[in-house]
Amino acid sequence: MHTLKFQSQSVAKPYFAFALVLFLGQILFGLVMGLQYVVGDFLGGAIPFNVARMVHTNLLIVWLLFGFMGAAYYLIPEEAETELYSPKLAIALFWIFAAAGVATILGYLLVPYSTLAQITMNDLWPTMGREFLEMPTLTKIGVVVVALGFLFNIGMTILKGRKTVINLVMITGLIGLAVFFLFAFYNPINLAMDKLYWWFVVHLWVEGVWELIMGAMLAFVLIKVTGVDREVIEKWLYVIIAMALITGILGTGHHFYWLSTPEYWQWIGSIFSALEPLPFFAMVLYAFNMVNRRRIEHPNKAATLWALGTAVMAFLGAGVWGFLHTLAPVNFYTHGTQITAAHGHMAFYGAYVMICLTIISYAMPKLRGVGEASSNKAQVVEMWGFWLMTISMVFITLFLTGAGILQVWLQRMPESGEALGFMATQDKLALFYWMREVAGVGFLIGLIVYLANFLVDSKQAGNKA
Amino acid sequence: MSETFTKSMARNIYYGGSVFFFLVFIGLTMHTTKVMPETDNREALNESAARGKHLWEDNNCIGCHSLIGEGAYFAPELANVFQRRGGSNSEAFKAYMQGWMAAQPLNIPGRRQMPQFNLTEQEVNDLAEFLEYTAGIKVNNWPPNIEG
Repeated sequence: MHTLKFQSQSVAKPYFAFALVLFLGQILFGLVMGLQYVVGDFLGGAIPFNVARMVHTNLLIVWLLFGFMGAAYYLIPEEAETELYSPKLAIALFWIFAAAGVATILGYLLVPYSTLAQITMNDLWPTMGREFLEMPTLTKIGVVVVALGFLFNIGMTILKGRKTVINLVMITGLIGLAVFFLFAFYNPINLAMDKLYWWFVVHLWVEGVWELIMGAMLAFVLIKVTGVDREVIEKWLYVIIAMALITGILGTGHHFYWLSTPEYWQWIGSIFSALEPLPFFAMVLYAFNMVNRRRIEHPNKAATLWALGTAVMAFLGAGVWGFLHTLAPVNFYTHGTQITAAHGHMAFYGAYVMICLTIISYAMPKLRGVGEASSNKAQVVEMWGFWLMTISMVFITLFLTGAGILQVWLQRMPESGEALGFMATQDKLALFYWMREVAGVGFLIGLIVYLANFLVDSKQAGNKA
Repeated sequence: MSETFTKSMARNIYYGGSVFFFLVFIGLTMHTTKVMPETDNREALNESAARGKHLWEDNNCIGCHSLIGEGAYFAPELANVFQRRGGSNSEAFKAYMQGWMAAQPLNIPGRRQMPQFNLTEQEVNDLAEFLEYTAGIKVNNWPPNIEG
C-alpha cells in the first residue's frame, strides 16, 4: 500500500536504513570501550581505546547526519508539496557519503592513526587528531561536497514549492550545520585558539543549529500524528528555537571558562547556559500538549511515543544533566570528569538519536510500503525497543554520574598531595563502570529488539513495495 | 499559548533574538582573541612545540587523554603533566617522557594499556616541548589540584 505523498520521498529510505546499521556499529564499539574501562587490556593490541572511541563517536555523528539528511529528503518535499528537485543527486550523494564514511572507519580500524594521517597527507592541511573531528582532511572535504550537493537539492525543492515554517527552520539548521563545520578546517598551532574555534563546530552544532533541525523534525511529526493546526505548532516551534538560540549561542561560554579567556565568560556562560534547559522544557510541554489536543487518532502509536520520549529525554539529558555541571564554580571541579560523559550520553540519545528514531518510526512504514503505520505486532516490538534502550540509557547515565561524583570527591576536591591520582581514582570507580557496561548490554538488547520490529512486517513490505 | 501572542511575534523574537545574541557572541569572541596573547603563552610556541602539536594530533592522543579537561577521560589529564611528572623542569620532564614513552605498553595484566607509538628521541622531545608550552597557558587556575 503506497502512502507516500511524493514518490521522490523514497530516497530517504537508504539514508534511514544505513543510519540504523551505523547505529548498531556505534553501540558495539561503545561496549568494547566500556569493557576496556574495567578490563584495561581487553583487545588492547587489536583495537586500542582511542580507536574504539573514535569509531564510537564518529559513527554517532555520521549516522545522525544520515538521519538528518533522510529526514530532510522525506519531510521537505511533503512540506513543499512538490517532488524533490533531483532524486538522482540524492541517491548519488548517498553512495558517496556512505563510501567515504565506510572508508574512513576502516582506515581507523585497519592502520594506526598516524599512518592514516600520513597516507591522507594530513601534513598539507593538518585538521586531524582533534576530538570528534578525527576524520582525515580528505574526508572532511568530501563531507563539504556532499553537504553542498544536499543543500542545493533541498534548497531548489523549497524554492519551487510551498515555503512552510518547518521547511525554513529545517534548511536554516542544515545550512548552519554546514557553515559551522567549516571551522573544522581551522587548526592553528596556538592551542588556545585551536580550542576556542573547535567549539564553533562542536557547541554551535549540538547546542545551536542542530536544535533547529530537531525542532523542525519534531514539529513535522507532531503535525502528522496529532492533526493539530499547523499555525499552533509553528508558533511553538518559533518560541522553542528562539529560546534555544538566545540561550545556546552565549551558552558557548560554558566551554570558555578554563581556556586562556577573560573571566567574563564565567558569568556569561553560567547565566546563559543555566537558561539552556528552558527550550527543552518548552519542548516537553509542547509535545504533551499537542498530543493531548490531538484531532486524529493516528495508527502509528510508536511514532507518538518516540516524539514524546525525545522531548522528555532531551530535557533530562541536555537540560537537567547539562545544568548539573554548567555553573562555573561547579564546573571547576567537574570539568573533564565522568559527569561530562554522563551528560553527553543522555543528551545525545535524548535529543538527536531519539528525534531520528522518531522520524524513522513515522516514515519507515510508508517508505517500505507497509502502509500508514506498522502492524500492531511490529509496533509492540518497536515500543519494547524504545523502553529497553531508554531505560538502559537512564541507567548508563546514572552510573556514570555516580562514577563522576566519586571521581570529583577523590581526585578533584582534596588539595594537591592529598588528592588521589587519576589512575588510582579510576580503580575506585570500577563498580560503577561494571554497572554501566551491564546497562550498555541492556541498550544493545534494546537496539536489537528495536531493529527486529522491521522484520515483523517484512512480508507485507516485500509484497507491496 | 494565548491568542494575543501571535506566530509573527514568536517569529520576530526568533529572528531578532538570535541575530542580536549572535552579534554579541561574535563581538565577545573578537575581544577574547584580542586579549588572548596575554595568557595563551604563544611566546613559548617554538618550532619544536609546533611539531609536538602535530605529533599529538597525528597519534590521536586526545582519544584517551584529556588536555585542559577536553578529550577522552580514559587516561590522565596532560595539560599539567609538566608540573606533575616533570616538577616544572624542562630537562627532568624530557627525561621522564623518554623513559615513559619507551616503556609502553606496560603490559600489566588488566591495566589500561597505552600503545607503543615508536617515536624517535627527537619526536618525544617535541611532544614534551608541546606539553610544556601547554602547561604554560593560563586557564583561570584550572585544574583544582596537581592530579588534573
